[in-house]
Amino acid sequence: MVDGLRRPNGSETSRLGRREFLKGALLGAAVTVGVLSGDLSLRVAAQPSPPAESLALDRESELVRMTRELQESLKKPLQERKWVMVIDLRRCVGCHSCTVSCIAENKTPPGITYRPVMIWETGEYPNVKLNFLPRPCMQCDEPPCTSVCPVNATWKREDGIVVIDYGKCIGCRYCVMACPYGARSTDYGYEWVPELEHGPLAGTAAKERQDRVKSLEYQPTPWYGGPYGRGDTIGITRKCHFCIHRIESGVLPACVSTCIGGATYFGDLNNPNSLVNELLRRYGAFRLKEELGTEPSVYYITGEGGASVISELEAMVDRYREEVLLREFGGRFRAGLGGGGLE
Amino acid sequence: MDVSRETVVRDALRPLTRTTWKYYLIVSILALITAWGLYSYFIQLESGLIVTGLRDTVFWGLYITNFVFFIGISHAGTLISAILRVANAEWRKPITRMAEYITVMAISIGALYPLIDMGRIDRILNVIFYGRIQSPIVWDFISIGTYLVGSITYLYLPLIPDLALCRDKLALPGLRGRIYRLFSLGWSWQDGQRRLLMRAVKIMAIIIIPVAVSVHTVVSWIFAMTFRAGWRSTVFGPYFVVGAVLSGIATIIFIMAVFRKAYGLERLITPKHFENLAYLMVATDLFYIYLMINEYLVSGYIWGVNEASILSSLYWGGYSVYFWAMVLTLIIPILIVAIPRTRNVAGIVLASILVNVSMWIKRFVIIIPTLAATPMPPTTPVIYIPSLIELSITLAGFSGFGLMLAIFSKLFPLISIWEVVEE
Repeated sequence: MVDGLRRPNGSETSRLGRREFLKGALLGAAVTVGVLSGDLSLRVAAQPSPPAESLALDRESELVRMTRELQESLKKPLQERKWVMVIDLRRCVGCHSCTVSCIAENKTPPGITYRPVMIWETGEYPNVKLNFLPRPCMQCDEPPCTSVCPVNATWKREDGIVVIDYGKCIGCRYCVMACPYGARSTDYGYEWVPELEHGPLAGTAAKERQDRVKSLEYQPTPWYGGPYGRGDTIGITRKCHFCIHRIESGVLPACVSTCIGGATYFGDLNNPNSLVNELLRRYGAFRLKEELGTEPSVYYITGEGGASVISELEAMVDRYREEVLLREFGGRFRAGLGGGGLE
Repeated sequence: MDVSRETVVRDALRPLTRTTWKYYLIVSILALITAWGLYSYFIQLESGLIVTGLRDTVFWGLYITNFVFFIGISHAGTLISAILRVANAEWRKPITRMAEYITVMAISIGALYPLIDMGRIDRILNVIFYGRIQSPIVWDFISIGTYLVGSITYLYLPLIPDLALCRDKLALPGLRGRIYRLFSLGWSWQDGQRRLLMRAVKIMAIIIIPVAVSVHTVVSWIFAMTFRAGWRSTVFGPYFVVGAVLSGIATIIFIMAVFRKAYGLERLITPKHFENLAYLMVATDLFYIYLMINEYLVSGYIWGVNEASILSSLYWGGYSVYFWAMVLTLIIPILIVAIPRTRNVAGIVLASILVNVSMWIKRFVIIIPTLAATPMPPTTPVIYIPSLIELSITLAGFSGFGLMLAIFSKLFPLISIWEVVEE
C-alpha cells in the first residue's frame, strides 16, 4: 500500500513566494489525506470488513473498504473492471476539498478544474437552501466526446475511464464542444507564476513557462499511452480521469479520499459486493442528463430520486444564462462556482 | 460584346504590363498589415492561446468566425462560375476568372484559421497519421482539401489559353516569361486542344459544384452535430451553403468593382454585369432570409429552455446589437437593388459590402452566443472579448486576401480573354 502511494516524481521547482506557498498548502492537504487512507488500508489486512449495517456511518471504514475493493479489482483484467463514482449529495457540505485536492493532485493550472463544485441557492426566504453538486468527468459509457476527436487522441478505456493522450492532442477543442457536462477544459497557458496575478498577460514570457508546475499527466507514464509527454503542457485539452495514476497504484482518487463529508464513493460496478453497488442498491441514484443517452458513470444520491436536484440544476443553468446572456453583458458570472474559476 | 478583339486583349493585359505607384502603395499597406498579423501569430505561438480572448466557455471565437466567413466567400467563385458555365450564361465570361481567383484565395486564407486556432499546430500531421474518420473535423480536412485542389484545377484549366496569349503577346524575358511558357503547356490554338480543354472545363465545372456544396455543409455539420442548443438544426447544411453563396456573390461584386476601377476595365465589365450579379445576390439573400426565418421562428415558437436563452440574448439581450445589425444589413441591400434609382454600380457595390458585413456578423452570432450558453455552469469567465492578437490576425486575413489578389492580378490576366474574344 505504501508502495501504491509512490507516484512518478513531479518536477518540482525551487521558486519561492506565493505560488510555492499555495502549492505547498494544497499538496500538504492532499498528502495528509493520502497518508491517512494509506494507513487505514494497512490496518485493514488484520481486520475483517465492516458489516454492511455500519455503512454510511463510519467514513474511515468506508475508505478502507473502498481501497480494499479497489485493490481486489485491480487483480482482474482491465476489461472486467468498471469504475464508477457515487456522490451522496446529502453528505456534500460544499467545502471544495475535492476541488482543492484535485488541483493539487493533478497540478492543474489556474482556470482548469477537473472537479468543480457547483453551488446554488433554491427556495425563497425564509425557506432557503444551498445546493452543492460536485461535477467530475462523467466517464460516460457512450462518450460523445471521443468520436469527434480528429486524431484519435481520446478514447474510453476498457475499464470505462475516458482518457486523453496528451501527447497526441492537437488542441482543436472539438471535444470540449461535444461534452454536454462541461467536463473538458483546455490548457490555454495559464501558469502559477506570481507575475500572472497582475493582468492577463503579465509574465507569460516563454522562459518563465519552464518553471511551470508540471502535471503527472504530461510525464511519460504507462497510463497515458506511453512516453508521449513532452513537458510542454500548453494548448491541449485536459480532463478528469478518476486519478488514473492513483487507481492503478491501488489508491483511491484524490477527491474520494479527501472528501470530508464522506460524500464521494468510488468502486467497481462489476463487483456485486462493492460499496458502490451496495449504495446504488440501497438508495437508488440518478445521473446527469440521462436523456442524452451518454450513460454516465457518475451517480448521484439524494434519497429522493434526484428529480428535484435535476430540475433545480436546470433552473440554475437557466438563471446563469439569463444573467450572462441577457442582463449582465460585459460582466462576469461569479456566483456559485467551485474553485478554479478565474475572476 | 461591342468591343473589338484588340481592345479586349489590350485592356485585359494592361495590368500585367503597366504598374502605377498607387498599386505599390496599396500593396505595401496590405503587406504591412499582413506582416503585423504574422507577428501577432508568432506571439501566439510563443505564449499559447492565452493571448487570445478564448477561454473554456467561449473557446471558439474570431478565428472560427473568419474560417466560416472565408470558406463562405470561396463559394463565390467556383460555384457561381461553375453554375453559370453549366447553365451557359454568356454574360458570365468576363467575370468567371475573378470569381475563380477569389475562390482559391479565400480557401487558402480560410483554411489557415482553424490551424491558427489550434493549440498545438506542431502536431497538425497527427490528423494524417492518426486521423479518425468519424470526426467531422476530419471530414472538413478532406472536403476543404478536395475543394482547394479542385478549384485550383478549375482556375488553371481555362487559364491555359490566356497563359499562351501572355507568352505570345507579352514575350517577356526572365522568370515570368518562363512561367507563362511552362504553364501554357505548349498551347497552340489548335482545334483538338480546344475541344479537349472545353470538355475538361465542362467536366470540372460539374464536379466542382457538389464539392463546393459539400464543403460548407460539412462546416455546418461541425456545429450541428453536437449537443449544443442553437446549433442542433437540420436546416444548418443548406443554411450555411446559401449563406456562403450569398457572401460569395457579394465578394465578386466588390472585388470586380475594385479591379474595374483600378485597372480601367470599364469596357469589359459593364453595369450589366453588376446588375445581373445584383439580381442573383438579392435572390440568394431572400432565400437566406427565408431559411433564417425558418431557423429562428421554429425554435422561437417552441421556446424550449435551452434555445430560449440563446434566442432572447439575440433578440433583446447581450447579442441583440449584433443580431439586429445583421438583420438590417441583410435587408437594406435588397432595397438598394430593388429601387431603380439606387440600382447603379455604386449602389450595388454598397449593397455587396453590406451583405458581407452581415454575413460576417451572422457567423459571429451563430458561434459565440451558443458557446456562451454553456450546457453546465462554467468554471471560467464566459464573456468573450477578442484580444488585440485576434483582431490583428483577423485583419491580416483580410489584407492577406487582398494582397494575394493584387499580386495575382499582376501575374495572370483578370479576364478570361479567350472566352470573351470568342463571342
